[in-house]
Amino acid sequence: MNDLKNKQWPPTCSAALLHQRAELYQTIRSFFAEKSVLEVDTPVLSRAASCDVNLDSFTANLSNAAQSQRLYLQTSPEFAMKRLLASGSGSIYQIAKSFRRSESGRFHNPEFTLLEWYRVDFSMTELIEEMIELLMLCFSENLAFTTVSYGQLFQQLTGIDPHSASLDELISYASEQENPEAVNICGDSRANGLDYVFSQYIQPTLKKNLVYFVTDYPVCMAMLANISETEPKVAKRFEVYFKGVELANGYQELTDVKEQQERFQQELEERKSEGLEPVPMDMNLLAALEFGLPTCSGVAMGLDRLLMLMTDAASIDDVLTFPIARA
Amino acid sequence: MATYSTSEFKSGLKIMMDNSPCTIVENEFVRPGKGPAFSRVKYRNLKTGRVIDRTFKSGETVEAADVMETEMSYLYNDGEFWHFMDDETFDQVSGDKTAVGDAAKWIKEQDKCTVTLWNGSPLTVAAPNFVELEITDTDPGLKGDTSGGGGKPATLETGAVVRVPLFVQIGEVIKVDTRTGEYSARVKS
Repeated sequence: MNDLKNKQWPPTCSAALLHQRAELYQTIRSFFAEKSVLEVDTPVLSRAASCDVNLDSFTANLSNAAQSQRLYLQTSPEFAMKRLLASGSGSIYQIAKSFRRSESGRFHNPEFTLLEWYRVDFSMTELIEEMIELLMLCFSENLAFTTVSYGQLFQQLTGIDPHSASLDELISYASEQENPEAVNICGDSRANGLDYVFSQYIQPTLKKNLVYFVTDYPVCMAMLANISETEPKVAKRFEVYFKGVELANGYQELTDVKEQQERFQQELEERKSEGLEPVPMDMNLLAALEFGLPTCSGVAMGLDRLLMLMTDAASIDDVLTFPIARA
Repeated sequence: MATYSTSEFKSGLKIMMDNSPCTIVENEFVRPGKGPAFSRVKYRNLKTGRVIDRTFKSGETVEAADVMETEMSYLYNDGEFWHFMDDETFDQVSGDKTAVGDAAKWIKEQDKCTVTLWNGSPLTVAAPNFVELEITDTDPGLKGDTSGGGGKPATLETGAVVRVPLFVQIGEVIKVDTRTGEYSARVKS
């Protein structure tokens, strides 16, 4: 009862922001309705989790019995949506709550909203074009877009070829930039080294007035993307950066079940060597891939960050009703 | 020994880095692409004043620095050390030239200073924002000039030299802003 006077009850965002978010959702829904992309709804709780070493899933128990089934809150709706795609849904989209433990900051809240969509028979390039169309509807100002390969951008700004550089090379580059501690952060992972260098020395130098589509990632950063068949091999993955903020991540989706299972297995081994808890691999996703995932491309865009960029907000708290500290 | 994890980092937090007490100036959580989470931190070394950029792995812990700011009265200088006293507890501490720094130019016995203590010893001393000091030497200048234009150097009782308006004379007490080292007003006696 003493807490009735606490100052934590009101929302952190303005009333205007509530309207802007509602308008944005309407824009998105009519955009996809016109293109006959179906809105879907999948559960946020799952018996399986993402195996990704850098993702930490919230857990929940199905009942309060001691041996209760453990459930995981989704880190993105990707797996469930791919099961729908395999079942023959056709192109789909979802505005989905997603959850990542230990992610809090100016651009992060442990619970956040993703717009994720999949286009059957789209190449990565076609999906990028569609995303540009959507972004132009969202921003009142005129946006300028550029597409650049990860390799070209990395080479140009650091002199390092990310497709061939060893972890040692990346760590020494960071040390030269007075970040010798990078070695602790990156562990044994070349992908971590690339992500560290990119976020520390490349991302801050991107022009603020351009929307960047960074494409064709090194194979070790493929995640759930297809690998190109032509040499040099690259992952058909792209990330979107605007005003220095990472806004979206997309793939020309991996459809090969054997390859997917191997990647999961490898991630589980990395988790083990990092001393992280094992998580159950999503066997339903693998069964769906085995049945057959249509050729498709998909992308997840952070809607809270999109709203931040649309309103020039300094913190994600400015676009959320109740960020985690007030949840 | 108290420690802080990166999730507790925020500006103003006092931590030990490179064997020196430091204060966090800025902290930003970063999770690049699909990569490892880390914190991008700017911290100021309280001994040297230098600001350093460093990244910390998420979950990494650092030692807390026992640093506190306290209001103390300046007692006296013994030639090597400046002595201060806590008016409530009567605890006395002494700091050397490095700790007292610029404040030495401004402080007189009984002045209330902000003393930053590290493990109980003065790390830095801040003089009051305004001090009142007597002029011990200045060029007599022109009598009757009240324009205040130009100004002249004046030596104060503590030895500090400030620029004062031409009409201010030896023996007068003036108010000085210690943050800028500038004359602020004449104090009527």
